[in-house]
Amino acid sequence: MSCCAPGSQGALDAAGTGAAGPGAEEIRLASRPVGGGLMQTDLAVPGVHCGACIQAIERALGGLEGVTTARVNLSTRRVSVKWREGALPPFVETLNRLGYAAHLFEGGETGKDPVLSELIRAVAIAGFAAGNIMLLSVSVWSGAEEATRDLFHWLSALIALPALFFAGGIFFRSAWSALGHGRMNMDVPIALGVALAYGLSLYETINHGPHAYFDASVSLLFFLLIGRTLDHVMRERARTAVAGLARLAPRGAMVIGQDGSRDYLPLQEIRPGMRLVIAAGERVPVDGTILRGHSALDCSMATGESAPQDVGPGAEVRAGMLNLTQPLVMRAVAVADKSFLAEMVRLMEAAEGGRARYRRLADRASALYAPVVHAAAFLTFAGWLAATGDWHRAITIAIAVLIITCPCALGLAVPIVQVVAARRLFENGIMVKDGAAMERLAEIDHAVFDKTGTLTLGVPQLKNANQLGATTLALAAAIAAHSRHPFSRAIVRAADGRAARAFNFDSVNELPGLGIEARLDGATWRLGRAKWALQDTCAAGTALSGTVLVQNGRTLAEFRFEDQLRPGAAPALLHLGEQGIGMEIMSGDSQAQVDAVADRLGIAARAAGVLPGEKLARMEALAAAGRKVLMVGDGLNDAPALAAAHVSMAPATAADIGRNAADFVFLRDNLLAVPLARDIALRAGRLIRQNFALAVGYNLLAVPIAVSGHVTPLVAAVAMSLSSLIVIGNALRLRTDKELLSASFAGQQASDAAAAPLMEAAA
Amino acid sequence: MTNLAILIPVALFLGAVGLIAFLWSLKSGQYDDLDGAAERILIEEEAPLKRD
Repeated sequence: MSCCAPGSQGALDAAGTGAAGPGAEEIRLASRPVGGGLMQTDLAVPGVHCGACIQAIERALGGLEGVTTARVNLSTRRVSVKWREGALPPFVETLNRLGYAAHLFEGGETGKDPVLSELIRAVAIAGFAAGNIMLLSVSVWSGAEEATRDLFHWLSALIALPALFFAGGIFFRSAWSALGHGRMNMDVPIALGVALAYGLSLYETINHGPHAYFDASVSLLFFLLIGRTLDHVMRERARTAVAGLARLAPRGAMVIGQDGSRDYLPLQEIRPGMRLVIAAGERVPVDGTILRGHSALDCSMATGESAPQDVGPGAEVRAGMLNLTQPLVMRAVAVADKSFLAEMVRLMEAAEGGRARYRRLADRASALYAPVVHAAAFLTFAGWLAATGDWHRAITIAIAVLIITCPCALGLAVPIVQVVAARRLFENGIMVKDGAAMERLAEIDHAVFDKTGTLTLGVPQLKNANQLGATTLALAAAIAAHSRHPFSRAIVRAADGRAARAFNFDSVNELPGLGIEARLDGATWRLGRAKWALQDTCAAGTALSGTVLVQNGRTLAEFRFEDQLRPGAAPALLHLGEQGIGMEIMSGDSQAQVDAVADRLGIAARAAGVLPGEKLARMEALAAAGRKVLMVGDGLNDAPALAAAHVSMAPATAADIGRNAADFVFLRDNLLAVPLARDIALRAGRLIRQNFALAVGYNLLAVPIAVSGHVTPLVAAVAMSLSSLIVIGNALRLRTDKELLSASFAGQQASDAAAAPLMEAAA
Repeated sequence: MTNLAILIPVALFLGAVGLIAFLWSLKSGQYDDLDGAAERILIEEEAPLKRD
């Protein structure tokens, strides 16, 4: 099963980095009864990608005690397990043992999509009707005798009816609601054209007329529905992929009762004053104060600080912080709705104005297009009536104008390009929430980056590994392996690959907030804060800061850590700079940390210690100055800014609400995703404009023929199909920039090689 | 005309059968996991899996 090695598959592996998955209580909370004493749990398993994976997972989960069925859905990368109520089978542990990360996802819906079902049903019915009516029409066009023609017209009318009802209903409803709000959209001319064409054809059929437009009206619906269905599939695919990422906000917390009992309660039931246990590796669910325990907290998601913070009793903590090393007991001081998280949501809702003001290209086009078309049809009617005085003839020709100008190509011009573009983005691990986001991304002239977790990976890296002796590093790694502190992990990672001698320490103690103490044969090593490790000696002249390894009071090594730049960060910013896009860094971290990163990337505009509200204010100030701003960020503190920006991007590792607020989510580590997405958006914009030009050109050609009364149903059918095919063919020309593409793939390996000289230069 | 009276209903009937078959397959969830279905034909099973 070598093909299933975790990480062998690019698109979604960023989601599952190192996460052990949700706890048993959390899974139980997310399960739902399905009747008959059965419970169903849906888990996202981003690592599945082939038949062998399906088989391994279904067999392993199906073999667990209490599990009745386990079914993998490869398209959505989810597994749904049914189990008998009672003890919770160890799903996540089993999946982890097989090498798959598993987690709960947002919403927890079944994955059925009623809108897609309705669209596919409509496409099927419209396709059936269009095919059959076209067959009948061919014989009419080739000159069927009068009685046969009438019969065929009647049959066509009959077949078109369900198509009009099921497939046309989608357009009629949309057009009706748009008109109800006093707006114009693309569906208004479509609905009007189709309804009038059907009405006129029915009248013609009853009066034994020679021309009926049943084929035109139904095939119009068919083409447009294909575009609409593809558009929906694209958005839905992005939505499920984003929803399948690991949930970062906890669903609940372990509460200690008055009598010492422990209950896992959902987040909504947690009240101020309750005592909560936060295990190592869990996130703080609500704002509170630490009662017992010492630990290090990762605040990068909440405040943007990259260095872990040591906390002890009395320290205040905010929802969203991650407990790293030791269990903590805290007292809740706010309910979930009033916590830091909720504050961010409130700011986001207030900020959403900018994006709502944006009107989609297609809507803007149709606002211009529809009145012109309707005026042309009306003028044709008036003109023919004045010239000939023949009501019937005037109406027939006016409706022919409506049909021929019906925005079939126009309706496809935008969605088909955006579907192809979304497909290209998806292949590169970038999810786009909707087509309008792509139009907005093409407009940007300014980019604002968060630092921690966006420009950097948010994981500390040992900076001076090359200057340390191999033995020292191996010793440090052997001690550090006993701790979950990010610095310890960085030392273990740095020592990886070197011959690590086995140290059998007599004892190893972790002192939270200070460091680790190890003893072996009378020797004592301390790895941790210099102040603590050297407190027994009075080594004059030694700077008492930073992280050191000390043997019996003698300093063996000093460690310097640095947040690692995201691969591709430098070329990505360089590329954007070349395109004339202004850039700035806005971070909640300290000035020194921000300067270090900004200097390395050569960005002059930088702001440190920025609060979430200030980030939001900056976005609004830039917008007021007429700038179109792209915001790239990952933390909870970025979420309001992500919502306020003209367009926004977030990495897959971002906080839940940040991911939901962002228009684009990129799943790979490489920051070249940003210029790549912009490049595709620009290309898509060019193709859309070309498609508009093609559609308008077609109309300029066809309208005079229609106005002069020369359009027969045959001409209408041929012209419409041809213009649609041309537009689709043009959309398929969308390609990605070869250079950027290869750079974003090569970057993964190159960044490791490039990191070494960079470190030396910095040291 | 008589051949038309037979052929057209036959054509429409066959088309309708196809349409109904498609709608049924859609409803019974056969399009929920297209990627998975493509892989599953390669899996040898001891006993048929229950579908939900």
